[in-house]
Amino acid sequence: MLFYSFFKTLVGQSVTVELKNDLSVTGTLVSVDQFLNIKLDNIRVENEEDCPHMMSVKNCFIRGSVVRYVRLPVAAVDTALLQDAARRETQQSTTSGRAA
Amino acid sequence: MSSFIPNQIFTTSGSLIDLLDKRLLVMLRDGRKIIGYLRSYDQYANLVLQDSIERIYVKDVYGDLDRGVFLVRGENVVLLGEIDNNKDDDLPLNQVSFAEALRIRDQEAEERQKQERVKNQLLHNQGFSVDFIETDLY
Repeated sequence: MLFYSFFKTLVGQSVTVELKNDLSVTGTLVSVDQFLNIKLDNIRVENEEDCPHMMSVKNCFIRGSVVRYVRLPVAAVDTALLQDAARRETQQSTTSGRAA
Repeated sequence: MSSFIPNQIFTTSGSLIDLLDKRLLVMLRDGRKIIGYLRSYDQYANLVLQDSIERIYVKDVYGDLDRGVFLVRGENVVLLGEIDNNKDDDLPLNQVSFAEALRIRDQEAEERQKQERVKNQLLHNQGFSVDFIETDLY
């Protein structure tokens, strides 16, 4: 659930989602769920001439399974905090594993 | 938005609810574009679309085909887009018949394939192995 929580902290930021079909969509992150499905508002498509179908779309829901990369604004990511959280999560899962 | 969902498990349902009964563009994994009214969905993004059309875009034209009710299995969904009617009215695209759009698309695909064959032959002659053929699918 770490990345779900992480993405939740990015709501409101402008992100670029690169899909597995090479479509890149930039927009304001509206919401994210446990599958990392992403909702974007005020979207812009990187290579617009290749995708005329996106011209009339203003906001979209992207299924998590088709996402290749998400490009984030540097200022919005605290990598030290993320690293810490990753450690904590691993520790938690190993200790709970021992208990079980 | 999703605060009314008690345990935060199926948040997909929360995020799609505001798209219900709206006219959506659905991109599928095979490259098809379906436009229809979203009537139902679940946490996998399985969708039911009513009064749907399949739209083929090629260059600056498009063609529509009536498809009626569409039930899409979630795994095939790439993207759901809400159509902005203001933007939709003044698109620099012209509508042609579905058959015509299909014809233009097939022609383009054939052209591309021909180029690909030439390129692959050249690469092959240079001693490169060509075992990957580019498609729109993934």
